Amino acid sequence: MTMMSGAQMLVRTLEDLGVEHLFGYPGGAVLDIYDALLSSSKIKHVLARHEQGAAHMADGYARSTGKVGCCLVTSGPGATNTVTAIATAYMDSIPMVVITGQVGTPLIGSDAFQEVDTVGITRPIVKHSYLCQSALDIPKFLRQAFYLASTGRPGPVVIDVPKDCVNPQRLFEYPEPQEVKMKTYNPTLSGHRGQVKRAAKLLAEAKRPVLMLGGGAVLGNAKDKVREVAELFNLPVVSTLMGLGAFSGTDPNFLGMLGMHGTYEANEVMDKADVIFAIGVRFDDRVTNDVSKFCPAATIIHVDIDPASISKTVVADVPIVGDADTVLGQFLEIVKDGSLRNDVRAIDTWWQQINKWRERNCLHYHKGELIEPQEIVEAIYKATNGKAIVATDVGQHQMFTALYYPFEEPHRLLTSGGLGTMGYGFPAACGAKVGNPDEQVVLITGDGSFQMNIQELSTCLEFGIKVKIFILDNHTLGMVRQWQRMFYQGRISSTNLNYNPDFVAVAKAYGHNGEVVEKREDLEAAIDRALNYDGLYIVDILCDTDAKVLPMQQARGSMSDMFLGEE
Amino acid sequence: MRHVISILIENEAGALSRVVGLFSQRGYNIESLTVAPTEDRTLSRCTILTLGDKEEAEQITKQLHKLVDVLRVSDLYGEGGGFERELVLMKMPTPNRNIRDEIRSICEIFHARIIDVTQDTYTIEYAGSSDEVDNFIKTLNEVTDILETVRSGVLGILKGTHYMKK
Repeated sequence: MTMMSGAQMLVRTLEDLGVEHLFGYPGGAVLDIYDALLSSSKIKHVLARHEQGAAHMADGYARSTGKVGCCLVTSGPGATNTVTAIATAYMDSIPMVVITGQVGTPLIGSDAFQEVDTVGITRPIVKHSYLCQSALDIPKFLRQAFYLASTGRPGPVVIDVPKDCVNPQRLFEYPEPQEVKMKTYNPTLSGHRGQVKRAAKLLAEAKRPVLMLGGGAVLGNAKDKVREVAELFNLPVVSTLMGLGAFSGTDPNFLGMLGMHGTYEANEVMDKADVIFAIGVRFDDRVTNDVSKFCPAATIIHVDIDPASISKTVVADVPIVGDADTVLGQFLEIVKDGSLRNDVRAIDTWWQQINKWRERNCLHYHKGELIEPQEIVEAIYKATNGKAIVATDVGQHQMFTALYYPFEEPHRLLTSGGLGTMGYGFPAACGAKVGNPDEQVVLITGDGSFQMNIQELSTCLEFGIKVKIFILDNHTLGMVRQWQRMFYQGRISSTNLNYNPDFVAVAKAYGHNGEVVEKREDLEAAIDRALNYDGLYIVDILCDTDAKVLPMQQARGSMSDMFLGEE
Repeated sequence: MRHVISILIENEAGALSRVVGLFSQRGYNIESLTVAPTEDRTLSRCTILTLGDKEEAEQITKQLHKLVDVLRVSDLYGEGGGFERELVLMKMPTPNRNIRDEIRSICEIFHARIIDVTQDTYTIEYAGSSDEVDNFIKTLNEVTDILETVRSGVLGILKGTHYMKK
């Protein structure tokens, strides 16, 4: 029988759950937990410099490792500072557990110092949340939280821990780990057999099929089966931003990202397809354009683990609730006898059409006097052999990364797709580097986004987090500027960033290194220096202010209504 | 279209706020809501009346089911229909014999009960479908101004041998 305080049980439970890294920031309500953490040899605590940073680190850790990311913050402002990061993880279905301190139970509701209704504030942006009432709730809720966060459609779970629950003076018997069972929570993993059969039949009969991948294909680790299905039926493959890497970006069957800034061929293929096999997507507005004009000719097979994602915006003709990998496994089982195959001639004709679309070469861009952001991403791709873990912030550089850095593997692109959180990238890259110390972790960011969580430079120095930072520095909030130029008659309102710091001096002030690149001919060498430098390195690359992310879908249009070049 | 949605949820702090929060968060309206523990004290039964088309009701049902605290959800009209009942408690002024007589005879016709009598008021109890309750209130309001009306909101249960399993 092991007697422990609530704080000790919290630490012990995390250890038993296999947590090796905890991102956090201490404060009054979590003093006892931090005290107990000192005695843990298994958990390494990474002290962020802002709670938002800590929570994004847990997110980046989770996305890149596939494990549950965990962070610990204090009550009140500590908890509210994590809200953006929790919402980010929620929108992208990232497994994360956020432990927040809370004032003691007798004080709850009295507007005590650093008290805030954390469970209430986070309610719409969590998969589930808990408010502990006693020390013994801590191990129970933590185990449930990790289970909930990582199963079904993953997502963030918040555990609010009042200070009296972790009182070191009050000892309880530690409940040994046991399997988590919840009668109200049972995610469906296998698809309905009849529906999977219907899907197989539809796909075999299709003349113009397309395989569409989303974040669910990445989170469900369905990569091998996705490839098998694509090969077996010679399918063109398109992907949402969140699905990038679930199918190799360098495979000849891959047509690129679809949607608002998707490639010409990806959007055309969707628009003209007769069967869409959609795996782990949720058809959000950045993907569908006007829903009423979305893929008019297509029969839609929609596989998703979350029943609420099916027929939410786009009505599915064949809905299949289940885990991406499991359902594709069932699909392959059904078609393995070879009786269901598509018409090779029809597919050849389809590919001829697709190749014509490809000839438009929609990602071609004009190189002006200044460095273009696209060529920076291409140069980073080349220098890292396409193998790096790449975090991005939000804006033009994010879209350029999605379009010009083909990911061959899942869990390699860390980006805030759903919420679009500027300031996400840097801490996410830090979390990824902590979880993957032997991998090259690269941050592609903008001069706007980077300043939203720049304080984590200090964390990187303390913990030797050697991420490589490439700032696509166009002295503007590029994506907003692009909209102002295209849709607001060029009226530039509050998007100029003419008072940026000297980013290299900032790097050095924080004890790191870096350099500025102004000329095209210096770019490759600077990237190599950054990648080979033993430490964090910032490359501040001055680039074309007026570069646009293209193609771009026209608002309220169909998938194929796109602006292509600067005509 | 009216939808009566029955929900079996964990009888725990915060569970109801998740249900209610979901409606406001996703822009669905709540016409009425009732909740109370069942014979199994760990579970509460909640009935929500909402207006919306079929797709909306389906989406609400799915989203409710996604809540970790929710055990079962069903749309009464999605499953072959059911019975609806609403309870109303009312206080009526009784200033003279005429009004007292009229209220009493209306209550008799509706099978409503007068559960409390004072010199100046009748307190009345009536249960029926929402339409019946509407009609009852309207009829009494024509006799004289109502002092107070308290409606429970809709309760619903499936017809025949169908029931919500625990």
